[in-house]
Amino acid sequence: MNGIIDLSILQVLSAYIFIAVLMIILRVRGIAREKEVLISSIRMTLQLILVGYVLVYLFESMNPFLTLLVLLVMESFAIYNIIQRSKSPLSKELKNIVALSMVLGTLTSLLFFLFVVIQISPWYDPQYFIPIAGMLIGNSMTGISLGVNRLLDGMKDQKTLVEAALMLGATPKEAAKEVVDSAFDSAILPTINAMVGMGIVFLPGMMTGQILSGVSPVTAIAYQIAIMLGIVGSVSLTVILFVQLGYKSFFNDRAQLKTD
Amino acid sequence: MFSIEQITYKNIISVSKLTIHEKEITCIVGESGSGKTTLLRMLNHLISPDQGRITFQNQDLMDIDPIELRRKVVMLPQTPVIFQGTLRDNLEIGLRFSDKSSPSEKELAETLKRVKLQKDLDENAQNLSGGEKQRLALGRILLMEPEVLLLDEPSSALDDETESLIIQTFVDYAKEHSKTLIMVTHSKALAKNFADRILQVRGGEVHEWNH
Ligand SMILES: Nc1ncnc2c1ncn2[C@@H]1O[C@H](COP(=O)(O)OP(=O)(O)OP(=O)(O)O)[C@@H](O)[C@H]1O
Ligand SMILES: [Mg+2]
Repeated sequence: MNGIIDLSILQVLSAYIFIAVLMIILRVRGIAREKEVLISSIRMTLQLILVGYVLVYLFESMNPFLTLLVLLVMESFAIYNIIQRSKSPLSKELKNIVALSMVLGTLTSLLFFLFVVIQISPWYDPQYFIPIAGMLIGNSMTGISLGVNRLLDGMKDQKTLVEAALMLGATPKEAAKEVVDSAFDSAILPTINAMVGMGIVFLPGMMTGQILSGVSPVTAIAYQIAIMLGIVGSVSLTVILFVQLGYKSFFNDRAQLKTD
Repeated sequence: MFSIEQITYKNIISVSKLTIHEKEITCIVGESGSGKTTLLRMLNHLISPDQGRITFQNQDLMDIDPIELRRKVVMLPQTPVIFQGTLRDNLEIGLRFSDKSSPSEKELAETLKRVKLQKDLDENAQNLSGGEKQRLALGRILLMEPEVLLLDEPSSALDDETESLIIQTFVDYAKEHSKTLIMVTHSKALAKNFADRILQVRGGEVHEWNH
């Protein structure tokens, strides 16, 4: 690595001064948050150290099965997290739809990204496969989470409108159109906003990391553009799959709203 | 037109036998909470009875495409529903939902007149008063020209005079175009005046009411 400053343990420890400052402020002002701050900074440190060693191991072993295992763990964690984070409980059918749209949407965009855009080889190269999968899955998870809440709220709040449309002979698809569109819109909006602010309001984590580790900013930006587009694709794909399959779970095969 | 046999829905309503005739004006009366809306919703196939069967033109509702059925048997909900947009949007939306062609400017103006709305077609429909919204929702259905009109308390938000005028309009329309009109109403006087047949919902059962 050209000219990169390797951080010693001592240097990293010195950064904990920031936490110490925060603790002092909390103590002086009498805000009872010291325990949370301490626990979360220790958690962050341990998690990252652990991930660091896991990644070193994965990168060195270059094992396709391990790469796939990591992918499986990330997908499962994301799906579990979406279901947990939903404000109201999901029906079994809707849970399955969440899982299906996550897996289909992220895998399609991941495969396209790795093999068409970056063209990695071997196909399972963990150095590319894992971080990119992580970014696509993580962002899609946030998108579907928003979409789930909006779809559930919309079908509840707009129930009379949806039903009035059915009474007039609308198909469930037309009757739910506004709810579905608004769920899709709110789910992809943060991703679109992120594109707009990119590079001006903030430098994204991936790019910052690459630049700090000595990669030329131009290369880092090329990656950033590509990954941002990949994220947009993956989020849109997962969310559109989810809302398109999801609204159907509110109707039965007689085009009636299901009663709960 | 409709024939109902041995149906029950939850423990709200049960009907042993009931026929609703084609091209007649049927009024449904009964106390609040007696199950009038529930009965109407079953005819529109928004809900299905737990047991028994309902037929429309001698065909079991369960064997008819639900969308096709609702395009012939249109229902006006008890609380008028206004969609986003102008009066024009709200009138046209019924035809759009049922895949029919858009009405002409003349038809739209005509419809407003028939439901006694003196408003601009391009006004925002959300600003209408409660009674005006109800009339707009009625106009929407009139424009669709369905075979059967299911109206759930179509005049609940109207004053006596407007109520008579509007109901008269629908009754005339139904007679003139040989449509079937099924109407829930809280007013027995209104039912007596206009109905060919009155059904009373009481204690979870439906009986013909002879006056
Ligand atoms: N989906 C449902 N689940 C459980 N109970 C219901 C449901 N729908 C209606 N009910 C109950 O069934 C009864 C009849 O309701 P319905 O709306 O048919 O009455 P209604 O005769 O139209 O009354 P109103 O004149 O006040 O409009 C009411 O007690 C209502 O609470
Ligand atoms: Mg009612």
